[in-house]
Amino acid sequence: MSNTEYFSETHNQAREMARRFVARHILPHIDDWEEQGEFPRELYHQAGEAGLLGIGYPEKFGGSGEGDLFLKIAVSEELLRSTSGGLVAGLGSLDIALPPIVQWARPEVRDRVVPDVLAGRKIAALAVTEPDGGSDVARLKTRAVRDGDHYRVSGSKTFITSGIRADYYTVAVRTGDEGHGGISLLLIEKGTPGFSVGRKLNKMGWWASDTAELFFDDCRVPAENLIGQENAGFIAIMANFLRERLMLSVMAYMTAELALEASLEYTRSRKAFGRTVAGFQVTRHKLVDMATDVDLAREYTYRCAALMQARKNPIRQVAMAKNFATEACERVTREAVQLHGGMGYMRESVVERLYRDARILAIGGGTTEIMKELIAKQMGL
Amino acid sequence: MKVLVAVKRVIDYNVKVRVKPDNTGVDLANVKMAMNPFCEIAVEEAVRLKEKGVATEIVVVSIGPKAAQEQIRTALALGADRGIHIETDEEVQSLQAAKLLKAVVDKEEPKLVILGKQSIDTDNNQTGQMLAALAGMPQGTFASEVVVDGDKVNVTREVDGGLVTVQLNLPAVVTTDLRLNEPRYASLPNIMKAKKKPLDTQSPADLGVDLTPRLTTLKVEAPQTRKAGIKVGSVEELVDKLKNEAKVI
Ligand SMILES: Cc1cc2nc3c(=O)[nH]c(=O)nc-3n(C[C@H](O)[C@H](O)[C@H](O)COP(=O)(O)OP(=O)(O)OC[C@H]3O[C@@H](n4cnc5c(N)ncnc54)[C@H](O)[C@@H]3O)c2cc1C
Ligand SMILES: Cc1cc2nc3c(=O)[nH]c(=O)nc-3n(C[C@H](O)[C@H](O)[C@H](O)COP(=O)(O)OP(=O)(O)OC[C@H]3O[C@@H](n4cnc5c(N)ncnc54)[C@H](O)[C@@H]3O)c2cc1C
Repeated sequence: MSNTEYFSETHNQAREMARRFVARHILPHIDDWEEQGEFPRELYHQAGEAGLLGIGYPEKFGGSGEGDLFLKIAVSEELLRSTSGGLVAGLGSLDIALPPIVQWARPEVRDRVVPDVLAGRKIAALAVTEPDGGSDVARLKTRAVRDGDHYRVSGSKTFITSGIRADYYTVAVRTGDEGHGGISLLLIEKGTPGFSVGRKLNKMGWWASDTAELFFDDCRVPAENLIGQENAGFIAIMANFLRERLMLSVMAYMTAELALEASLEYTRSRKAFGRTVAGFQVTRHKLVDMATDVDLAREYTYRCAALMQARKNPIRQVAMAKNFATEACERVTREAVQLHGGMGYMRESVVERLYRDARILAIGGGTTEIMKELIAKQMGL
Repeated sequence: MKVLVAVKRVIDYNVKVRVKPDNTGVDLANVKMAMNPFCEIAVEEAVRLKEKGVATEIVVVSIGPKAAQEQIRTALALGADRGIHIETDEEVQSLQAAKLLKAVVDKEEPKLVILGKQSIDTDNNQTGQMLAALAGMPQGTFASEVVVDGDKVNVTREVDGGLVTVQLNLPAVVTTDLRLNEPRYASLPNIMKAKKKPLDTQSPADLGVDLTPRLTTLKVEAPQTRKAGIKVGSVEELVDKLKNEAKVI
């Protein structure tokens, strides 16, 4: 590996494998799944079998081994070539739900939960956001009160990816006082008395993922399901966010990349006023701006990943990457629709979906404004 | 039974190739490379034979630059047991490839050698046949089905107008056609495991083969671009044009 190249031969092989997985199992059906608002559960199984879900997790749980972030990025880029951010978010919800369990859950709980999720037999989701607020995590309200060898949980969560179908939920709850020092993470399982899942939420984009509200009505959760120390959940949530934001940046530049590729192809063949649309200087310059956005977003994200790989904690850089990449993605997908003319507004063209899927990226995993607050703090402002 | 599979590194089939401006060949700079699709089918067939308990060891061999090790690793990830890389940056023509493979066959003594019927770069469709001749082994080319039966192998071949099944005594050479199987993709754990499988590197000189080309390429040209079609208004017009312009009826 030369030092201008982040990807090794193994990464390229994994990429090739993921490309084939997408071509064989996803692309032939993705338009239907988007319209149906769901992909078959079987796909988790197939992805698990191919080893795609286990990237970055310890081998003893069926994973590929820890500490190779560029392997994760290579495979994610290829999965995003399915053209469906929703599918990738749904299939990937384990990546925000499992890390705290792997790192901090009791061994009995961890050994029971993690291998099944990595094999695609079970689905995991992360539940932090509440109807009253998502940005201000430190003020969350869902309460968990210790009662003997159980917690009694009351409250609700919303906008939870894979929320309808998940078997395991990593839930942020308040076990202590006001503020971030009173928050814990609890593993709550589907079917626990007092836990119910609301309706499937209809969304602007990410159609192929199921997004739900969750209700806890005096829900009795075994105390052994506590993840880590009581009242130490906030740090775990924040640590988890770093990776989620990096992956959202990957999603953003790949969504933009696909929109750019589609636009290059379309404008080279579409004719207006006696020449190709790409033949107008104004179009060429637009395509150049789009390509510049994609490249900068991608390279800066790689830089962040390299810092994380080197065990730095690049909070500021990752927040910048997320903001830059998600805004670049919005610019690029907008122009892509524009360059497609009326066809860009039609569901049959891929840019229509990419444009809708772009919007969530600046909201989920911490909004652009919250990223700016983080960066400001890191800058000592 | 030991199976030897030959794989070749070629331009990925998705790439639209461009001819170099000086017409000496195809531009390979920054072009995505991959395993020849027919070779993938060969690897898949060997792996299936192993899964059935027919093959006990799969050795995969590739001739080419250092980077050809990627294709060997891919084959190892798909289920081959060990690799042999014959490293050279020289041009390797079919006859020289066949001679190199013959040297490997002499050393490894496989019962079955599986190759792609052709590689999609130069489409020669020769190496398997040449290897069979040099090694004095029977050949079953363009296989759409391969059934090993004791010390024989039945190879169903796709020929114009139908299928022919030939029975060969082992050891034998088989070349694969497109419909023999649908190759799997490697799982991630197998990609990881493949990194630890043995890969032996040799040079053409080690095997006593001279790579001097016997053929000279005079010129490589892109195929003529098709002219745009036209729309005709009626059947009469179509017939008229076919008769008087295209002069085909
Ligand atoms: C499709 C989808 C999937 C999701 N999946 C999950 C999931 O799996 N798990 C999960 O827990 N959550 C999930 N979320 C929730 C997501 O993380 C939140 O929507 C996000 O964090 C924002 O929270 P909010 O919606 O409550 O907005 P609010 O916090 O109410 O924010 C509203 C607006 O106020 C702004 N704002 C808030 N605070 C400040 C401030 N201090 N300064 C300036 N502006 C501020 C915000 O930037 C935003 O513009 C998902 C959301 C969506 C849409
Ligand atoms: C929902 C919807 C409803 C519609 N309803 C109607 C209707 O009722 N009746 C009707 O007749 N039409 C209707 N249309 C069609 C609409 O008017 C056209 O889509 C629009 O005029 C653009 O034409 P086009 O789609 O062919 O794009 P194109 O003309 O192919 O344009 C493609 C791209 O090239 C750019 N371009 C073209 N020429 C130039 C140039 N000279 N310089 C720089 N850039 C250029 C365009 O700006 C665009 O970005 C509708 C479209 C939609 C999406």
